[in-house]
This record gives sequence, C-alpha cells and structure tokens, in this order.
Amino acid sequence: MNSLTLWFHKIGSPRTFYRIAGAVAPWCYGAALALGAVGLYGGLVLAPTDYQQGDAYRIIFIHVPCAWMGLFAYIFMAANAFIALVWRIKLSEILSMASAPVGAAFTFITLVTGSLWGKPMWGTWWTWDARLTSELVLLFLYLGVIGLYHAIEDRRQAARAAGFLALIGIVNLPIVHFSVNWWNTLHQGSTVRLLGPSKIDAAMLWPLLTMALATHLYFFGSLLLRTRIGLLELDGGKDWARSIALGESHERAGARTHG
Amino acid sequence: MKSGTTFAACAALIRRDLTLIWRRRGDALNPILFALIVVALFPLALGPEPENLRRIAAGVVFVAILLAGLLALDTLFRGDYEDGSLEQLVLSPHPLSLLLACKIAVHWLTTALPLIAVAPLLGELLHQSEAVRWVLPTALLLATPLLSLIGAVCVALTVGMQRSGMLLALLVLPLYVPVLIFGAGACNAAQIGLPYAAPLLWLGAALVLALVLAPLACAAALRISLS
Amino acid sequence: MPTNELHERPALLEARGLAFARNDEPIFGPLDFALHAGEVVLIEGDNGTGKSTLLRVLSGLLEPTSGEIRLNGEPLTLARLSPQVALLSHQTGLKVELTALENLRFAAGLGGQRAGMSPPTALAGVGLDGYADVPVRQLSAGQKKRVALARVLLAPVGLWLLDEPYANLDLDGIHLVNRLLEQHASRGGAALITSHGAYAYTSGTPRRIPLKADRP
Repeated sequence: MNSLTLWFHKIGSPRTFYRIAGAVAPWCYGAALALGAVGLYGGLVLAPTDYQQGDAYRIIFIHVPCAWMGLFAYIFMAANAFIALVWRIKLSEILSMASAPVGAAFTFITLVTGSLWGKPMWGTWWTWDARLTSELVLLFLYLGVIGLYHAIEDRRQAARAAGFLALIGIVNLPIVHFSVNWWNTLHQGSTVRLLGPSKIDAAMLWPLLTMALATHLYFFGSLLLRTRIGLLELDGGKDWARSIALGESHERAGARTHG
Repeated sequence: MKSGTTFAACAALIRRDLTLIWRRRGDALNPILFALIVVALFPLALGPEPENLRRIAAGVVFVAILLAGLLALDTLFRGDYEDGSLEQLVLSPHPLSLLLACKIAVHWLTTALPLIAVAPLLGELLHQSEAVRWVLPTALLLATPLLSLIGAVCVALTVGMQRSGMLLALLVLPLYVPVLIFGAGACNAAQIGLPYAAPLLWLGAALVLALVLAPLACAAALRISLS
Repeated sequence: MPTNELHERPALLEARGLAFARNDEPIFGPLDFALHAGEVVLIEGDNGTGKSTLLRVLSGLLEPTSGEIRLNGEPLTLARLSPQVALLSHQTGLKVELTALENLRFAAGLGGQRAGMSPPTALAGVGLDGYADVPVRQLSAGQKKRVALARVLLAPVGLWLLDEPYANLDLDGIHLVNRLLEQHASRGGAALITSHGAYAYTSGTPRRIPLKADRP
C-alpha cells in the first residue's frame, strides 16, 4: 500500500473523519458568515454604481459566487464519485452524495437571482440566454443524481449508481455548454450579459472574491455535517457509531440535570 | 468442452431479440402511434395556420420522436431482467459491452428506424418546408442512435426498479439536450437558409464516440444495478 | 490413487474468508471451503440465511465484501468472469415467447455447448423429447424447470451452481436431478446446490456447508 492510499485510509476511517468533521464544520460556518457579511457590505454599500446597469448589477455578488459553486460542487461530486467507483472508498461515496443537494441549492439560487436580474434588464423574468440555459440543464443533472440516489434501497449501491450518473453528467456538461452556445448564436439571443468579459473595477472585484470564499466555506461546512450524518446512517450498527450515540445522549441527559 | 465464439454469441443474441420482437410485432407500432398523436396535438393547440406550423414543424417532429424513443427505452432490459436472462447475459464468457451493443442495435432497428421512416409523413402533417425535407431524416438518422446509446446507459442504471418511468425521464432528458440542439438546430438552419453541415457533422462525431464508449458505460452501469 | 491425484490439482472452486454484506449488514460468512472435481456439495440453511446470495457471489454476479474466490486456482474477478460456471437461479432465464428448443439454441450460441451434446439431446436428457416446439409459456412450472436444467446440462462448464433445483419438481423430476448430478460428478464436474427443508440427493452422503443467520 503506498503512502497516498494509506493517508486515505487514515482520514477515510469513518470514526476519524466524524471527529475531524465535527470540529472543523463550525469554523467553516463561522468564517463563511463573517466573510459573507464583509463581502455583502462591500458589494451592496461600498462598491460604486454601474454606469450601465445602475444598482441592479449588485445581484452579481450573490449570483456569480453561487454559479461558481454550482459548478464547483458538481466537479467535487464527480471527482469523489470517481474515487468511490475506482477505489471503493466509502467516505468518497458519502462525500459525493452529500455535495449533490448543496450544489443543487446553489444552482437553484443562481437561476432565481439570474431571473430576478433579468426583470429590470431584459424586461422579462426568463430569457433563453446561453448561461441560464446551461445552468438549468445543470440543475436537472443534479436532480437526476439526487433522484437516482433516493430511488435505490441499498445505500451503497445507490451511491455507486448515482455517482456513475454524475460521471456521465460531467462528460456531458462541456458538451451541453458548447451546444447551448451554438444554439444561442443561431437564434440571436440577448447579448447583454450579467457578467461579461469586460473589465471589472477593483472595488467590485474584492467583494466578489470575498463572497466566493464565503460560499466555498459554507459549502464545506454543510458538506462536512451532511457527511457526518451519512456516516452515522451507514455505520449505524458499528461500535463507534453506537458509542457516539450513547455518549451524546449521556451528555444531553447530563446537561438537562445541570440546567 | 467448447464455448462458442463471441461472434456466434452476438449472432444468437440478435436472432433471439429479433424473433422476440417478431412474436410481439403488435407492440412495435406503439412508438409510431405515440409520435403521430403528439404531432397531431400541435395543430389542435396552436391552430391550423400553415405558416405557424411550418415554422415549428422540424422541432416538433424531433421532440415527438425523442419522446417516443424515451418511452420505448423502458423495454430495452425490462423483459430480460424480469425473466433472469439478463443475468445469463452477464455470466456469459463474452464481453458484456459487445452483447449490450447488439441489444441496443436491435432495439434501435426496431423502434427508431420505423420512426425515422414515418418522419417525412409527420413533417407533412405540419406543412414542413421544402428545405428540411431531407435534412430532418438525415439529422434523425444521426441523432436517434445517439439517443438510444445514451438512453441505454441510463436504463441500465434503473434496471431493477419497479416504477422507473419518471425517474428515467429525469436522468435521460438533460443528457439528450445537446443531441436535440444539434439535430433540430440543423433543420432550423436549413429552413432559414443557413449552412447546416456543421451541426450534422458534430452529431456524427458524437455518434462515433458514443458507439465506442456507451456500450462500455452501459455494461459498467448494469453491473452496478445488478449488485 | 485417483483421489490423491484429484486433490493435488487446484480445487475447482475455493472460497477463502468469503463474506457478503448488504447495507453493512452481514448476509453470510466468512466462509472457507473447497469444492473438488467429482463432488456434489449441499448448502444448508433456513430461509433468509443467504443461500441464493452465496451462489450469486460464487458465480461472479455479486462482488464479495471480503475474501476471495478461486476457480481452478485462479482468482475470480468481475472484469473477467470464468466461462467455467453455470448458474440456475430462481428466475429460469427462459423466454416464454420462444419454444424450448429456441431457448436452448440461444443458450448454446451464447455460452457454447458441451462436446457430444446439442440442444435436442439436452432436451431429451431432461425427458422433454416431445416438447421441442412448444412455446415455454405453455409448459408447466415443472417443465420450465426441466428446460432450465437442460440449459445447465448443455453448458460446457465444470461447475454447476443450482439454487433450489428440486423446487417445483415431481418425484420423477427429483430422480432426474439426482441422475444429472451423478453423471456430472462422474465426468469430473462438481456441483453446489442449495435446498431448504427436505433434501433429496440420494446417492451417498454429500458434504454439507451450513449457513447460519448470525444476526443478533
């Protein structure tokens, strides 16, 4: 066994991961909250008004980081699915499946904020803009993975089947993007973009990057807690999970008597 | 003791599947009827003005055939799963991906090819323009094998489930998006007088890739669902 | 001594520490056993002890959670299934729209056929001479079982994995299964069969592998 797999086995042992995740997750959430507050203040208050779009552009401070996260979570999910399928690592199965709902939520927020922005800009809630259409397909890919995962009884088999679908999806994603772009030029869609290739002011850039960092931290915090639950569900019969369940109920009982 | 050649195994499988479809040939009409009904709904919903219908003809025929193919996908492995012959297929000493490719090919021949044959008729119902008369069947000829191959992988993932219809649609349709865009896009480009060779060539390239990769993916998916 | 010679060759089937779990709940195992040419071994256990699952693992359809399977000394992997195994499971694997003979012809095409055996002779071997052209749909449950046994008989393999081969069969059918098993063992094959309740293999006392439900 080489050192990489050894490291995986050490970190990947459910018990170790459960403990580490429990310790790290609150810090992720705390940092996400703090950075999110700073980023929003910078974006909504400090950043200058756009000469073309007015204040409506400020939605990018939510829209764009969420769009990045939607894609990032999908890649993260597919990478873990690959590890799970090739090396049969249980933790990767759970990580992969835990990132699906979070990624789907980010993609959903991207779509909603995109259409909110579309109303003042395009005068309509929905435009078949290339990026929005790609995001919509991405959301459906997420929903397919989540749907398949919940349709299969055996949890591990479900994770492997849904992970396999995620891998097919990641192959498909660039093709979707390419085809949608082609389709959009054929039909002469709208050319006003939420975030075009144009230069961006530094006063707009730093809140955007701060928000991106905040969403990443939120993603990992949420992922770690979801993975903890997944581990407990899967290893419910094992000794380590039992001792945790018993220990926590003792603590709670102790807190109740003290209070 | 001798086990047969892989070629003999594929031939036996193709002969068996064709015989089975011949014995149930009444069912083979269902996808065609479905596509016909879907196409007939559009004039009823939008009004019979030929100009309106002409504009959407190619896209509607494409979507109708795509949906008919989606409904037909369910039969690809269901029978074999229920009577246990799928398990015998997996246990055979020959490459599973090759056997599955044969099954997909027979399925395409018996469900998609008849649909392509009636596509011109469906187009005429919607007053299709002269320009798409040949582009539409050509695009379908390239697109439907792709749809069958991609669909087969998703069917393999849902093979053990009782009610997989809606779920299958949710899995398959996002993957169908590029095929639909290029297939129907070629027809639309032809209709408005733009060059249409590029999307057809893209479809062809994707088909070559899928012919190699999809049977392998299908075999891997099937092993996951049967475990 | 022929028996020594037999045991010096690698076992037809060998399981080492073989275990299977679903949803992390153990179904069976860990099991250690070997099956040599000429042996018929019975897997004993009540309903729900994982007999069928064990056969599916041994055939290569399911991957064991731990342990390994060796066929003729070579490890069994999912990527390369052995052409040396025939499995008879609860589902017969027959197409009811096809005739008995058509089903067997397909099986021969897919997996090959034993030397000196053909689809019609295999049908005759299970006592269904006159039924070659009858669609399987019209056969009784016992006759369907016989067609499925004919498929196993036809397969050019050394190892039979038979899940409940006696189910649905009348007394005549039970004798037939025993005769087939004896013939198979005498020509150097081996068989692993499951049965719950009454066991009907009559020639000699076969080795038994007990499966217990070890869930608390």
